[in-house]
Parts: sequence; structure tokens; C-alpha cells
Amino acid sequence: MNWAYIFEFAITQALGPTAVVYALAAIGLNIHFGYTGLLNFGQAGFMAVGAYGTAASVVTFGIPLWAGLLVGLLATVVLALILGVPTLRLRADYLAIATIAAAEILRRIFQSVTFSDTFGGSTGLSGFARDFYALNPYTETVSLGFISFRNTTAWVLTVGWGLVLLSCLIVWAATKSPWGRVLKSIREDEDAVRSLGKNVYWYKMQALILGGLFGGLGGIVLILSQSAAVPTDFATNTTFFAWACLLLGGAARVWGPVVGAIIFWFLLNFLGEFFSQMTRGADPILPTWLMTETQASLIRFIILGLGLMLLMIFRPQGIFGDRRELAIDAR
Amino acid sequence: MPADTNATTTGPAALQGLATEPGVPKPDPILVGDKIKRSFGGLTAVDVAHIEVQRGAITALIGPNGAGKTTLFNLLTGFDKPDSGRWSFNDKSLDGVPAFKVARRGMVRTFQLTKVLAKLTVIENMRLGATGQRGEKFLSALFRPLWKSQEDEITRRADDLLARFTLDAKREDFAGSLSGGQRKLLEMARALMVDPELVMLDEPMAGVNPALKQSLLGHVKSLREDGRTVLFVEHDMDMVRDISDWVIVMAQGEIVAEGTPAQVMADERVIDAYLGAHHDTDLTELDEEAVQAEAEAELDQEEEVKKDD
Repeated sequence: MNWAYIFEFAITQALGPTAVVYALAAIGLNIHFGYTGLLNFGQAGFMAVGAYGTAASVVTFGIPLWAGLLVGLLATVVLALILGVPTLRLRADYLAIATIAAAEILRRIFQSVTFSDTFGGSTGLSGFARDFYALNPYTETVSLGFISFRNTTAWVLTVGWGLVLLSCLIVWAATKSPWGRVLKSIREDEDAVRSLGKNVYWYKMQALILGGLFGGLGGIVLILSQSAAVPTDFATNTTFFAWACLLLGGAARVWGPVVGAIIFWFLLNFLGEFFSQMTRGADPILPTWLMTETQASLIRFIILGLGLMLLMIFRPQGIFGDRRELAIDAR
Repeated sequence: MPADTNATTTGPAALQGLATEPGVPKPDPILVGDKIKRSFGGLTAVDVAHIEVQRGAITALIGPNGAGKTTLFNLLTGFDKPDSGRWSFNDKSLDGVPAFKVARRGMVRTFQLTKVLAKLTVIENMRLGATGQRGEKFLSALFRPLWKSQEDEITRRADDLLARFTLDAKREDFAGSLSGGQRKLLEMARALMVDPELVMLDEPMAGVNPALKQSLLGHVKSLREDGRTVLFVEHDMDMVRDISDWVIVMAQGEIVAEGTPAQVMADERVIDAYLGAHHDTDLTELDEEAVQAEAEAELDQEEEVKKDD
């Protein structure tokens, strides 16, 4: 049992590119759900559109990366408009259904043989990130005490956490303003807001666009970090991991999704490595009749799911949430 | 508000001596509706031939359960769409105007079941009511100096209103922690943040304890003194008698009578609407057919009540 390695591995992952991606996706969901009360179960779709918008622009249509990034972000805005126009006038659950379906449709389009000339089919697209790594100022492995990152990863993380910081700053400024007050009021009671002369539909649309943009940014960081856009990265579990990050950290809090993402990836990798070591080798610590190596890679999801359930029961506001706000609902 | 140049055509005084027919024209109407009809399936909830609301007066809308009062409210304020009909506010048509634009034009409503924003503080509830806020546009929202001064002014106005409605002690409390009566007060105060010309109150007295009722009555009267017009739905006849200048009576979706509180309460049609047409007749004298028809009408009405609830 190598505890030092377990911690080193888990912390590296908790600060790594995946955590950045999920932090950004969860920040988007926080705008949707935490502040506006919109149920977006298709954040993976927004991520995919941002990612493929960028990758396909560069690889298939040969435009420079910076322009590709703009195309990717613009594509998430278009997706938000397409989803929002028909559903935002309806009850919240309609948006949930429309988003989860749209995300799956998009993933299947990106994966399809028909469009493989444009989106690369199931092997995806690669070779668009060269311009990004050309800007890398790091030439050697970057060491932070007992964890270290390769120079390319360090560059992704610098940009990625910088984007997270910037996003949090925008969320902070926006939600502390009268604009944010309207969003929170819509979350509480749409009709009351309407009766006071606010265009509820347009505010919900703005929230959907803004949150979708953060999701698209997450998708872009994801494909830059692995220099490839692969359709399986944007399956529904991506959306639900982002939701888990948000609820773990606490919705309607600026830092909630970021801390949630870090803790989520720490726990997931900690448990994964722990059980992997417990079942590894010819004479594993856990007897094979109790758990095999294959089962070990799955048990972390069971434990994490159980943990999330307990969290929702005993601390439903998440780690950072405000208990008083929630208690009012209990009447 | 137009200047009080002619006492006989403006304000509550001008209502004296008007005919008590349904839909009687008012000397200075702020709200005029024509042939407003709304049905839910086979049931006609509202079928109003003509309605006028006098500017600067307090008008009560009364009627038995299921008479269509709240539905009419929803239609007039754009929260529901009628099957047919036209209505105008300050001589401007409100056909197909969405609810938020109706509010911006100066016609603000409250709700039968109060809609306070539970997880916002009382003062935040109030601030939300102010219109034309620069900080409510996304790009300027990000830069505090652009809206700070306006926000301060809004806060001052909100504090004044909170003091007037005796809610200043609750300023920093979550609105969800207020009592039923305080919620009614907050909703009314918040509606005033929009600075409306016409305030529409849907059952302002429902669920309010008797101690608070008097002060609430005073607040409604003070709206008229501010020069605002009030239209309210109410079941509490004491309140109707006490504060309204004019009463419109609805039954089964139609306006059946109008008049001053005293006139309305003596009106045969109103008593019929509330108690049934034969409340003082010996039933044995009626032929069976009439009794049958009566029973059917009653059943219809009950259905309507369910729909309304």
C-alpha cells in the first residue's frame, strides 16, 4: 500500500486539466441552475459544440486557431438560442428534456460516418492545437512541491485555471448586480418578476447563453489539453459529473462549482487508486472473492454515489451553500 | 394624473349618481374593456361585455367563488390570453401585450397567493421592483460604478416605502420568513416600486390577521391619496364597504351589477348572485322544472370553483 502515491496521484488529478474542464462546465451549470433555476441536462452538448466548432474550423476548414475559438464560442451561443427559443417559455422540465436530447443528437452527429469528413467520425479530430502549444513558455517539467506537471500540461493548467478565475470574476460581478438579482428572482418565482415589468424570457435566454459559453469554454480546454476532439468525451455522464461537481460544492455560490470540481476529482481518483492498489498483484490485500481488479475500477463510482446521496440528505446546500436559504424552502 | 380641474368628471366624487347598470360608462376611465371572453374547455370563465374603471378611485371587484374575478385580472394584466376581446389602458390598446410590458405601462398587479421571493431579503425584493435599472443590463451589470448611484437612489426609495408599510424592521430578513400579512404588505410595497398608475390587488385581505387588516386598509386608501387608481378583488365585505368608491359585481363570468357600496348591497341582482334567485321563496311553490334548472346551474358553478382553485 503506497499512501504517498495515492495522495500524489489524487492531488495531481484534482488540479489537473480534467478538473479545469469540469470546473468550467459546472460554473456554467451554476448560472443555469444555481442562479436562474434552469435545468440544463445537456451541458455536454454545449461543451461538444464549443470543442467541435473550434476543432473542425481549424482542421477541416483550415482557419487559424484563434478564429476557430471564436467560431466554437459562437456555436455555443447559437445552440443556446436554438434550445431556448422554443423551451424557455415553457415549464423548467421542458428545457431539461430538450437539452439532454440535443446533447445526444449532437454527439451522434459528431460520431457519425456520414459527417466523418467534417468531424472525423469516432476517431475524432486532431492537429488543431499546435498554435496553442507554440505559445507555451514552459520548457521543462514544472514542479509544485511534491506534485509536478509536464511542460505541456503546465501550460494548459496556466491557461485553464486563468480562465476559471476569470469566469468566477464574471460570475461574481454579474450575480452581485441588479442583473443577478433578476436571475435569482426568476429562480424563486417567474410570475412575480413578470408582474414587476421584467422580460423574464429574455433574462432566461441570457442566462442560458452565458452558462452555455462557460460550458463551451470547458469543451475547448478539454480538446486543447489532449490535442484531440473525440465524441465519447461528450457523453451524458460528462453532464452528470459536472452536476455532481456543482452540487458537491454548493449551487448559487461563486466558488462552489470550482471547489466541487477539485474535490470531486480528488475523491474519484483517490478511491480509484486506493482500490486499485488493494486488488493489485498476485497476492492482493483484498481477497479476490471479495473484489477483483475489474470491480475495483467501478467501486469508486458506487462509493462516490453513496457519498453524494448522504451529502444531499445531511447537507443539501453543498459544502459552500447557505443553510438559511434552504431552510426557508422546508415550510 | 390629470389636474383636478373639473370635480364632476375626475376622481371618486364623479361616480356619484351614475347608473347602476353593468358596464356603465365612467366620466374619466383609466381602463376600458370590451367583449372580453375566456373559456376553459366548455366552461366560460369570463364573458364581460363592457367594463370601465374610474381614474383616481378605488374600485372593488366582488362576486361569489368562481365568478371569474381572478381570471379577468389575469386577462387584463396579460398573464392569460382571452379568446376574444379588446381592452385599453390610458387609451392605449393592450391587445396581445405581454405581462411585463403591461406592468411597465403603469398597471401592476399583486397575487391572490402572495408571490414574495422567499430566498431574497426584504430589501432585495423591494429593489427588484424599480424599473429602468441600468444594472439590469448584462454588460453594465459587470461594472459597479455604472449603476451604483442609481442603486443607492432605488434603495432610498425602497427604505421610504418599507418605513411606510412598517416593514423597516424586517429589512434584512429573508422574505420567506415573513408572516402571511407581512407578505401582503411587502407585495404591495414592491408593486409601488414600479410607480404604477393603476394598482390591481388580488384579495389583499386573504390570510391576513384582523390586527393587520386595519393598517392594510389604511395603506390601500393611501394609494388613492397618492393619486393612484386601485382595482381590487375581495371577499371581505367589510373591507369593500369601508374603502371602495365603486363596486363591480361579477357572477358566472359576467358583470351583473355596479354601483356604490351601499347601492350594490341593496341591489336585488347582487343578492341573487350570492344567495341564489330563490333564497326567499318557499321552494314548494316552484315548479319542478325550475328547481331542476337551479340545481344544474349550481353544479356548473361548483365545477367552475374547482377550475378556479
